Amino acid sequence: MHEMSLTMSMIELAEEHCRKADPSVKKITGIWLEIGALSCAEPETIEYCFDVARRTTMAEDAKLHIVRAKGVAWCVDCEKEIQLEVRGMACPHCNGFNLRLTAGDELRIKDIEVE
Amino acid sequence: MCGVCGCGDSHIEGDEHHGHSHDHGHGHHHHHGHSHGHQPQPTVIVHHHHYYGVMPPAAGAPAVHSHARSDHSHHHHEEHTHSADEVNKGQDLHYGHGEAGVHVSGLSQRRLMKIERDVLEKNDELAAHNREHFKKDNHLVLNLVSSPGSGKTTTLCETLKLLKGKRKLAVIEGDQQTTNDADRIRETGVQALQVNTGKGCHLDAQMVHDACHKMELEPETLLFVENVGNLVCPSSFDLGEKYKVAILSVTEGEDKPLKYPNMFAASSLMIINKIDLLPYVAFNVEKCIENARKVNPYIQVIQLSATTGEGMEAWLSWLEQA
Repeated sequence: MHEMSLTMSMIELAEEHCRKADPSVKKITGIWLEIGALSCAEPETIEYCFDVARRTTMAEDAKLHIVRAKGVAWCVDCEKEIQLEVRGMACPHCNGFNLRLTAGDELRIKDIEVE
Repeated sequence: MCGVCGCGDSHIEGDEHHGHSHDHGHGHHHHHGHSHGHQPQPTVIVHHHHYYGVMPPAAGAPAVHSHARSDHSHHHHEEHTHSADEVNKGQDLHYGHGEAGVHVSGLSQRRLMKIERDVLEKNDELAAHNREHFKKDNHLVLNLVSSPGSGKTTTLCETLKLLKGKRKLAVIEGDQQTTNDADRIRETGVQALQVNTGKGCHLDAQMVHDACHKMELEPETLLFVENVGNLVCPSSFDLGEKYKVAILSVTEGEDKPLKYPNMFAASSLMIINKIDLLPYVAFNVEKCIENARKVNPYIQVIQLSATTGEGMEAWLSWLEQA
């Protein structure tokens, strides 16, 4: 259940960013979190954890917006970029597995909305 | 002394000065007054209890309190009950296949701040800090990951027996509870430190950082970090190790690399353990390797049996070159 640690880290990062960037910020009303399809986190679990972890933080009333990012890999054999839906998937062109992940493992706060 | 966390250099005393600089910050616990292990095998236990749910007023961060004994600190995070509202589609539950997410809509008087920060940023920074220390002191640090019961500790004990006297060795043991594994390691005469994660499912860079400060690692130590038996969570938490080594035993399924792809994608080496049991189990070694290479075409593979010793020389030779 690492999603709880991740969610708590996310809120801490958002709070820390507010304190540094603009101390006048009173609360965080929205967080946009990008979660890659091949990342280590389940969006549904993060949402659940967020409901619990936001209590007594600046993000207490915040809405969590999850932005899903697709997995992308480079097929070394075909020299083509392919969409990788899950790890372990073969290249649709050559059926090979000589793939390098180029995107899709993100777990990243993109923006926050504050007031 | 380290400019960021105040931690010491190769002898971890906290008072030495070393010259590297950091462009990152992180929290750090000083462990004043603790024993520096002049006894042959100091028993130090670090408990990390994770309580999810009811947060202390400090909010967002795990409450930390120190006990009177400076060698015994607890991280408490309260546990929660999981009232999952997932919809049962047929018999299987598939997470992560939802629609594309929502994007920024009308924002009224509220302001939007661009952040662009990785959620694991703090752990990654601390892991980078650990790595810097390890590199400076020429330690080889390996993060051993597997399911519970794959034979990690047995493999480790046998490895230590073979390497003892030839290399400087140390072990950090991660488990939710008990010091059983560290006790087993200490029986081999090698220094071991148990980190109990409590409710936590993985070791993180902070725990390894704290553990390293409690151990007296001589330069050029081969440090094995035996992670909590779990093929999911430890894959995301960089500890500062040089390589992750995944251990899979033949009593498990050969499709495990496909079931838990992130771990095998993150590992540099897969050890297929308990090969002495191959005649008794339906485990296809070739298929297992093929599956692992589907998620990680670069993964190296060693087959061994810690019990019979078969394949151990290949593992030792890998360690020699790592």
